[in-house]
Amino acid sequence: MNGIHDLGGMQDMGPIPYEKTEPVFHRPWEGRIFAMNRATGAWRKWSLDASRFQRELIRPAEYLRMSYYERWVEGVVELLVKTGLVTQEEIASGKPALGTSKLTPPLTPDKVGPLLAHGAPANRDVPSEPHFRAGQPVRARNIHPEGHTRLPRYARGKAGVIVRDHGVFVYPDTNALFQGEQPRRLYSVRFSAQDLWGLQARAQDSVYLDMWESYLEAA
Amino acid sequence: MTSPITSAETGHDHDHDHDHSHQKLPPDPALRVKSLESLLVEKGLIDAAALDAVVEAYEHRIGPRNGARVIAKAWVDPAYRKRLLTDATAAIAELGFSGSQGEHMVAVENTAQVHNLVVCTLCSFYPLPVLGLPPVWYKSPAYRARAVIDPRGVLRELGLEVPEEVEIRVWDSTAEIRYLVVPERPAGTEHLGEEELAARVTRDAMIGVARVA
Repeated sequence: MNGIHDLGGMQDMGPIPYEKTEPVFHRPWEGRIFAMNRATGAWRKWSLDASRFQRELIRPAEYLRMSYYERWVEGVVELLVKTGLVTQEEIASGKPALGTSKLTPPLTPDKVGPLLAHGAPANRDVPSEPHFRAGQPVRARNIHPEGHTRLPRYARGKAGVIVRDHGVFVYPDTNALFQGEQPRRLYSVRFSAQDLWGLQARAQDSVYLDMWESYLEAA
Repeated sequence: MTSPITSAETGHDHDHDHDHSHQKLPPDPALRVKSLESLLVEKGLIDAAALDAVVEAYEHRIGPRNGARVIAKAWVDPAYRKRLLTDATAAIAELGFSGSQGEHMVAVENTAQVHNLVVCTLCSFYPLPVLGLPPVWYKSPAYRARAVIDPRGVLRELGLEVPEEVEIRVWDSTAEIRYLVVPERPAGTEHLGEEELAARVTRDAMIGVARVA
């Protein structure tokens, strides 16, 4: 989706809000929603890709108005309702619907350590013959899907070179839409800064992107 | 997407230091999140103590001191440096750091000729096990927008002048690969041990927006 989240290359976004000493969370509620995202994710009703896509669906003006963790609040609430874990009425009232029985949370304190330490690897051990090799020139496809994609606008249609084959990874474009992992090969691709931005960039500079095979065509 | 908790707007204290300015008064996220948490706890969807444990982990355990240890070891141990540059995930795990948002690590090394800079233009991907949670500026639209088109301007704004002839490589974290910059070891630190070196390594140097002094 050509959304506001796809920020690479935009100008006039203002100065970088650097803080010399910064707390991990600026307000307690930021930590709570961050952790709530993990705890509700443990129900496995949605993937990480789906939760990222949900935040991308926030309308551009709202997206820019909100702080980072305000977007997380929106994302979690939308997914909870969308997957039926809570109803819109429950969100509005702040109370469980009458007659609902209490569930057992999947993420308990003892499971937090292992959850964080193991993570959730996104590579998949499925056979897939690589279409591209390191050193091969490629071109990013000029595609504009309305769903989720990890191919930023600024790279579309641009020529690059395969640098490294990362192996086979879950495909976010389908996974985010609840259409399965459909794993495919992922490459590191180097784009010369001048190919991306023209002569205002320096000739020796470059941008590296990780790109799934289906984002690329031979050049 | 409007919040259902509009009545909570009254009494909204406004001493925010966020990366935005309000165009209209939004519902207070603190009240909204509190209400959401109590609903989810009451329904048995989440355990509040598990939230405490997640917050505690990132506030006290999982942060840039982890990454600094990795860098210091790479500086003093050539064999480790080689392993880090070849298979960063495994090398980082040797020091006990692994997991969520660091499942697939790649280390990129700064030299006199090459300067590396990490960004996530699409969201805020960041190597959590070695750096902890990302700072506000890393997640800001300003940084995400400009790092790829004007890396030299961004670095200058953050106080780092990169010589004209140096090659800048910007790593846009578009997939599940997470990048750790291995900064240059400062001159005159030959006498320092691993711990003293680690104390000098900053978060910003491991993102690529600063040098180690």
